This record gives sequence, structure tokens and C-alpha cells, in this order.
Amino acid sequence: MSDHAILRVVARLVIPLFMLFGLYVQFHGEYSPGGGFQAGVLFGAAWILFVLIYGLDTGLRVIPEALIYNLACLGVLLYCLIGVLGVALGGHFLNFDVLWTTPKAAQQAGIILVELGVGVTVAAVVMLFFTCFVRRRALNKTGADTDQWREDNHDHDS
Amino acid sequence: MTIAEIMPFSVLLPLIGAPVCAMLPGRRLPWLLCLIVVPGSLVIAGMTLDAALDAPLQYAFGNWPPPIGIAYRVDAANAFVAVLLAGIATALLPWARRSVNDDVPDRQGPFYALFLLALAGLMGITMTGDVFNVFVFLEISSLASYGLIAYGRDRRALLAAFRYLIMGTVGATFLLIGIGFLYIMTGTLNMVDLAERLPAVADTRTIDVALAFIIVGLALKLALVPLHLWLPAAYTYAPSFVSAFLAATATKVALYVMLRFIYTVFQPDLAFVILPLAPILLALALAAMLSGSWKALFQEDAKRVLAYSSIAQIGYMVLGVGLVTAAGLTASLLHMFNHGLIKAALFMGLGTVAYQAGSVRISRMRGLGREMPWTFTALALAGLSLVGLPPTAGFISKWYLINAALDAGQPWLVAAVLIASLMAVVYVGRVLEAAFMQPRPTDAKAVHEAPLALLLPLWLMVGANFYFGLDTRLTVGAAEAGARALMAGSGG
Repeated sequence: MSDHAILRVVARLVIPLFMLFGLYVQFHGEYSPGGGFQAGVLFGAAWILFVLIYGLDTGLRVIPEALIYNLACLGVLLYCLIGVLGVALGGHFLNFDVLWTTPKAAQQAGIILVELGVGVTVAAVVMLFFTCFVRRRALNKTGADTDQWREDNHDHDS
Repeated sequence: MTIAEIMPFSVLLPLIGAPVCAMLPGRRLPWLLCLIVVPGSLVIAGMTLDAALDAPLQYAFGNWPPPIGIAYRVDAANAFVAVLLAGIATALLPWARRSVNDDVPDRQGPFYALFLLALAGLMGITMTGDVFNVFVFLEISSLASYGLIAYGRDRRALLAAFRYLIMGTVGATFLLIGIGFLYIMTGTLNMVDLAERLPAVADTRTIDVALAFIIVGLALKLALVPLHLWLPAAYTYAPSFVSAFLAATATKVALYVMLRFIYTVFQPDLAFVILPLAPILLALALAAMLSGSWKALFQEDAKRVLAYSSIAQIGYMVLGVGLVTAAGLTASLLHMFNHGLIKAALFMGLGTVAYQAGSVRISRMRGLGREMPWTFTALALAGLSLVGLPPTAGFISKWYLINAALDAGQPWLVAAVLIASLMAVVYVGRVLEAAFMQPRPTDAKAVHEAPLALLLPLWLMVGANFYFGLDTRLTVGAAEAGARALMAGSGG
């Protein structure tokens, strides 16, 4: 699609806006509809649009696949660590009150940090899903045998 | 910190361990991490059981008090199941190393991460006191199990996992619909709170339908005949370690949830009145025992024999529930634990055979008993426990089940239990007969005894079957306390 000048220009224009809107949904999640999940999907969608226009190889140069995979895990870990922090500071798991001095600020800090973890994980997982689909399609096009499953040789008779 | 404050970490340890595990490279590190996390979970679950035998424990997440916030509420019944789960997982891990290396040749981080997630989900289901939380953890454990089954090296594992995914999702959706109806009628999701508010609205069609949806959804997860179709393929084609783990744990947890809904949320005088639940459960249990055992007689794949036998054994457990007596409930909880031990040992045995010989088809196992005497002797002893001969764990739970049936004035059920046990003699015997009595085909490749790393854990598990057949203080005591806690309902 690299020869479509209009698409390339428009994509350049809207991808940053996508990401900005994703961040808005992320950090406004505690006041308005939204939160980590929606923000993550928006953020991932921006990258998916980029891949649609510029191809998967360019997309993976922006963010390597191993990094996406690890981010998916780190997001969950962030969530859990905030939860454990509540225990370490003398409360229960996911207890935000102990995180800050005033209860309102404490709840805000807690929920934003936790939702950040959700956002990172969701964005990464959406990107991984899309990568899998693109790979599959590319393999189907070249007609390569995509199945590398070891089959039990004795088992053909059933 | 009190024990109630440490208690949720039996769920949180594997849950936090999973993402760390997924990032670890290679094959040794993920396994080592599991070796730290899972026994830790077992120790906490054991301490919880010890404390929960006296009084139920409660833990409010985020310090939000229970009717509003999500809370864990653990009495003897949950704690007993949690100890079973963590115990089986711990006992399987030393054996898992070799077996998983064979089934998952490259990076094992994601595999063990899924295993930890499945364990965390199952532990979470047992510990939580919130019905929506049950659904969430059920999805966590189910999604992880689908992935684990798909790791099977036979490509039919993919289809098996997909079928399980479809059926499991239908089951979970039914459960969610039921929970939604309960929430509409009562405005609460906390189990204790639900129990208090349900009697006021019990005479409505919505509550009838809610109970029906919940029972059917859980019966799907439980693989109760006639909703068992996903189970044989899933257990047959999954990696050996996954078969052993899921067969020993997953269906037990679904049964526990069913008990929790019947006894704590709906209360027996409600649940057994608005639906004719007792005769339905009895009929399905009998159908499961007889048809499962019957199908097991004709399977060519030894793992499939065990899968159908699992369906039959689920029948025994449901039979205890269908009796609607404390003795029946005790027998049911007891068989839950003992069958976990039996199936773990049997699937470990078959996994060891698969590791050495590459196949567990009965026709391929001819004469292997002489090549691998230690493995097949262990299989034979675990088979005795499945059949229910003294002094094994299987005997204890069948003894309690038969006594419960006699106490309930239904002696004809004893006949059904005995017939199903006799069929077990035949299907276990078929495997052993092929291994010990028949000659090894001359063109078969040479097979040697399994390495010690596989044999030792296998024999430990077989030993546990005999230990819990002789020393029943822990199992019977905890099962009785669990039955009492369930019978007492929310008041306990």
C-alpha cells in the first residue's frame, strides 16, 4: 500500500491523534467512561493502522516483537505489584488507601497505576494478535506449510 | 500477619508468578520458578485448612468490606479443595520436568505460565466468596487450560482444545446468565449476602431459571453425562503433564462450585425444592457411572480409557451429592480428594510410558510390563486404587459412598457402584493384561525402564494412594468438616 499517497499522508495525520486519544482515555478513566482496556485497544489500533499502511516489517522495527511480548507480561506485573504494595504498606491486596496521605489522592494514584498496567497489557496483546494474523496470511500466500506439529507416527490408524 | 491475611497468597503466588514465568527464557528457569511458587501456595493452603477447620476465614480485597467489595471466604470445604489442588500441582512438578521437555521441545516459559494461571484460577474459584469472582476465575483457569491442551504434540490436540473451548464457553456463559439473574433479583453478588436475600424472592420464575442455568453450566464444566463430550479428546491429546493436572483438579473444582451454589447460595431447602435436583443428579450420576465405565471398556488408547473412567468417577461424586445427606456429601468430598490422587498417579504412569515408548495405545503396550516393570507395577497399584480395593484411597471413598447410600435407604445404589467398580477391574485389567501377559511384538523397538526422575514422583503419588487408604484422619476429618461447613450454610 506504500504507493497510496493519500493513505500515507492521512495515516501520518491520524496515528498521533489515535495515540493521544488513547492516552486521554487512559488518564481520564477514573472520571469519565474509559480506562485501561479501552485505552489499550485504541493504542494498539494506532499501531495496527501503521502496519496496514507501512507493512509488518516496518511496524516491528518501531517496536520489536519480543518487546511487545514482554510488555504484555510487565503490564500484568505492574497491576500485581501495586496490589502487593498495598500489603507491604500494611493494608490488604489492592488496598490503595495506604499509597498516599489523603484518601482521595490515594485512590486516584492506585487506580491510575493499576489501569496503566491494564492498558499496557491490552495494547500489547492486541498487537500480538494482529501480528499472528498477518503472519498467518503471509504464510498462506506463499503456500508454505505452516504446520510444524510433531505428529505421533504410530497414531495414523485411528 | 494473621493466617487470614496470608491466605489469599495461595492464589496470588501463582497469579503473580505467571507473568514472570512467561518472560523467562529457556526450559529450566520457568520450571524452577514453578518449583518455588507452587509449593509456597501449598504451604499457605495447608495453613489455611488448619485454621479453617475451627472457623471460617475472611479476607476483603482492597479493604472494601464484603457485601460491596470482593472477599475470600474460606471454610473447611474450600480449604480442603484448595489443599488438594496445590498438593497435586506440587506433587506433579518434579515429574513434569522430563515429561514436559519431551512434549514442549522449545521455550517453556509460556507453557508453565499457563500452568500457573490455570492453578491460580482454580485456587481462586475455590477460595472466593463472591459469585461473579467465581465466574472470572473460572474463565482464567479455563482459558489457560485450552492453551495447555493445545500444546499436545498430536495435532488433534488443537481440535480437542477448540471443542473444549466451545463447550467450556457455553458452560461459563450459562453460569454467568444464572449469576446475572441472581443479581437482578437480589442486587448482590456476595455469597453470604445472596443466601440472606434469596428466600424473600425464592418463589419467582427468575430464581428457578437462575438455578437451572447455574446447574447446567456447571454440569458442562464438570463433564457430567450427557455434557461430557469435550472431556475424552481433551484428556487424550493434551501433554501428559496437563492430562494429569487437569484430570486431578479441574472437574473437582467445578463440582465444588456446584456444591457451594446448592448449599451456601441457594441453601438445600431451597435448591432441592424449586428444582427436582436430587432425582436428576442421582439419575445423571448413575448414567455417568455406567456409561462412562462401559465406554472405557472399548477404548484403544489408554489415556482415553482413563478419560472415560474419569467421567464414571465424576458419577460417584455426584451420586454422593444426590443423596442429600451429610454422609453423602462427606463421601462426595472424600472421593473428590481420593480420585484426584488416583487419576494423578494413573496419568503420571501413562505419561511415563509415553515418554519411554512414544505411545499409549494398548496395542503398542503389549509386553511392555517386562521392559518397564517399575512403571507398570506402579500403574497396577494405582489401578487397584481406582477399582477400590483395600488398603487404597479409592477403597475409603467407595466405602463411605456405599455406607451413605445404605444410610439414605437406597441399597440398590450399592449395586450400581459395585457394577461400575467391576467394569473398572476389566478396563484397568485390559491395559495391564496387554502389558504383562502378552508377548512383545518381535518387530517392536527396544524400550527401557524410565529414568528415576520420572519413577520417583510416580511412586510417591502411588504411595500417597496407599497412605491415604491407611491413614484417613486428614482426609475423612477434613471431608466431614467440609460437609458440616456446607450443610451449615452461611450460618457456619
